[in-house]
Amino acid sequence: MLKVIDSAVPVACWSCSVAHNDATLFCPHCSKIQPPPGSDFFSVFGLTPRLNLDLPELEHEFHRLSRRLHPDRFARAGENEKQWSLADTALLNDAYRTLKEPIHRTEYLLKLHGAEIGEEHSGKDRKDPSRVPADLLEEVFELNMQLEEMRLERTTGEADPVLQASLEQAKRKFDGLLDEVDHDLRAQWQAWDEGDIAVRQSAQKTMVALLDRRRYLSNLVRDVTETLGV
Amino acid sequence: MAEGRVVGIDLGTTNSLVAYMQGDAPVVIPGVDGSNLVPSVVALDPMPADGSRPTVTVGNSARKALIETPERVIYSVKRLMGRSLEEVRNELKFFPFRLANDAEAGEVPRVQLGELRFTPPEISAYVLRQLKRNAERFFGAPVTQAVITVPAYFNDAQRQATKDAGRMAGLEVLRLVNEPTAAALAYGLDRAKEGTIAVYDLGGGTFDISILKLRDGIFEVQSTNGDTHLGGDDIDNLLLTIALDEIYAEHGVDLHAHPSAVQGLRKAAIDAKIQLSTESVAQFDIELPNGDRYQREIPREVFEQLIEPILERTAAPCKQALADAGIAPEKIDEVVMVGGSTRIPAVRQLVDELFHLSARGKKPHTELNPDEVVALGAAVQADILAGASKTTEEMLLLDVTPLSLGIEALGGTVARIIQRNSTIPASATEHFTTGVDGQTNVAIHVVQGERELAADCRSLARFDLKGIPPMSAGLPRIEVRFLIDADGILQVSAREQRSGQAAQIEVKPTYGLTDEQVESMILDSFDHAEEDFAKRLLIEARNEADTILAAVERAPQNPAWQQLTSNEKAAIALASDYLKKAKQTENAPAIREATLILDHATRRFAELMMESAVTTAIRGKTMNAAGEELGDEVTAPHPMAPAEFK
Repeated sequence: MLKVIDSAVPVACWSCSVAHNDATLFCPHCSKIQPPPGSDFFSVFGLTPRLNLDLPELEHEFHRLSRRLHPDRFARAGENEKQWSLADTALLNDAYRTLKEPIHRTEYLLKLHGAEIGEEHSGKDRKDPSRVPADLLEEVFELNMQLEEMRLERTTGEADPVLQASLEQAKRKFDGLLDEVDHDLRAQWQAWDEGDIAVRQSAQKTMVALLDRRRYLSNLVRDVTETLGV
Repeated sequence: MAEGRVVGIDLGTTNSLVAYMQGDAPVVIPGVDGSNLVPSVVALDPMPADGSRPTVTVGNSARKALIETPERVIYSVKRLMGRSLEEVRNELKFFPFRLANDAEAGEVPRVQLGELRFTPPEISAYVLRQLKRNAERFFGAPVTQAVITVPAYFNDAQRQATKDAGRMAGLEVLRLVNEPTAAALAYGLDRAKEGTIAVYDLGGGTFDISILKLRDGIFEVQSTNGDTHLGGDDIDNLLLTIALDEIYAEHGVDLHAHPSAVQGLRKAAIDAKIQLSTESVAQFDIELPNGDRYQREIPREVFEQLIEPILERTAAPCKQALADAGIAPEKIDEVVMVGGSTRIPAVRQLVDELFHLSARGKKPHTELNPDEVVALGAAVQADILAGASKTTEEMLLLDVTPLSLGIEALGGTVARIIQRNSTIPASATEHFTTGVDGQTNVAIHVVQGERELAADCRSLARFDLKGIPPMSAGLPRIEVRFLIDADGILQVSAREQRSGQAAQIEVKPTYGLTDEQVESMILDSFDHAEEDFAKRLLIEARNEADTILAAVERAPQNPAWQQLTSNEKAAIALASDYLKKAKQTENAPAIREATLILDHATRRFAELMMESAVTTAIRGKTMNAAGEELGDEVTAPHPMAPAEFK
């Protein structure tokens, strides 16, 4: 099920005609830029898919590759090289943007392995009661009531300090829960990176559930923050 | 022909500049009048009697026409670039321009200038052509490639319009660079700095804030924000509105019926604004059409109170940019100030507070001229692109897209596909399918902006995916790839995956010119032909020679002439004979050299004239009157002409 970089087909370099693996951005023989490879974000950086990454090293590699690939380096090159530089750099930027951010990285890796992940910003998740984590049902119900009340007060210009304090307390609590989720996710990273197939599969399942919970919580926190107007 | 130089151009709301890399330092290329700034003002000369197309003038000479023939002049056209008819209508409330009256919704609006009509990119093209000519005159060789700067917060349509303008002016636009980023390049050049910097750019019509991280020569933009509708123009308009109201209230005169009087008043407002950056009080003293005088004192405190709401509008974008970059204000190592409006002390005060500067013993960077720094940075980027210099070979600019890109989804909501502040080039791939059996077309609406509803965002383009093979509903799988290129401009490609057929897409921008329209608007110039180019250089050289010779001819009538020694007079006579002879030849460089010699010989005379002008002013005449008298003596623009009195 792994999309492995080695599955790439050998192709001939457009410039020197020497065959090479199509996952590469530059011809290993003549160093010329190549059309964008059909590879995943990890292999852009010469990595196998993993969740614990050395971020300073990732940034360093991003800068190194940018220097070689960026369209600024091909402003006076031929039309093909220009286009490839543009496409390759877009791939590099997309890859770096995804991998440097822990949650995006986790979601991406899980998707790469066939997991279904909800959309970060899709509004319907929030309103759908079946998405509410079971252990939070009661609190979320209570919170939603308070949010409604607060919005109503906002429109009439009243201010209830008790309600305000209660919402602020709820926000702190959900912030804390978010931190817990992030902590739990990190614990799974190691399991996934170092475990065998069985451990990986179980870690994947756990992470998908944690990401669902996380998405729910962060939407909730966003709602409270917006309503509090801070 | 070998590849020529790449110049850097700052196409500004108020002024435009062209710069290039001289060795390892960027320098601004002056115009014929010796000035680095070319006012972004375009004027149409009177219609020739034979009915041929009237000449278009640009810059200082066009600015003079503002008072005399305001209906034939346009300025601040950058505010109209890439905007829809509705947006432009709103904008024009503050400007004395008229839209062509046959304008239709969905078309690129055209501005009526005398008898003719121009789209905003065409007007900008005239400014660009002037800069191109200044550079060509300077190098004595054609210039065909340029880097042009745009406000970081410009959207896709505004960027495309700028690129179109370049093409119309006969320039291949190698890159659009964001203005604040360009400024950072100019500052970062001489120091191998590491750290986080903020660039606060308040120009004539636009405001940008960018947060950058500098490391090993890589300038990586972390976030950017701004307002493409905020700048010094707004301050001018505010002062102008107040003055117009007061004139109506106190003198019963409605100046709106007197366009040239409004222009005079606008100039007075701008002068007052500039004066208040260094003085504690400024005066208005204007003669009204009915003979009354409008006299008004503006103390700096009052001015600062008036403009506070305008300046305050720059605070929210700054805070948002910091939040998006995930950086606290006190973690900003340096702040760079760009744009003429940052000369206003209240602006500096605000920036100090926003970034806690003086509290940390820091000062914002103002070492480079805020009017020139963007052009200098553009020259640095031009040098990077030319790839031929040691100075910039280690430098690389990684910029971001200022606005999120989204697709209109069911119910009119926006599905974001590329988030704002993503490093460009950036791409996203989306899959679409059909809703009805046998459907062969799918319409896609692309928008730019941060709002939840597509109707609240900027509509970029509507695409029609055509030629989808007829299949059951939901079966086709059309892959659409959106790519924002290094200029911040969107490119789209599509493919139907089940049949492997490339779906034909018709990219119809919601606003903007088609390729054919741009092609038809390419300025009729003979810029491309080498022979014509030489001819033009010769004509220009002769014109310059004529100007200075005419001035020398009239010089003995000026009292300052009497103060010259006989040796000085002899030198002028000699140099002017030499120039007259050189003018007979076809040798443009020789004519220019002779012009420079005569210019040098007359330098002390020009200085004496200046002094006598100042003396006249002290004797009770206004500076303006003195300037006008002098204007009669010497035909400006010319190095010998006295400095312009503003």
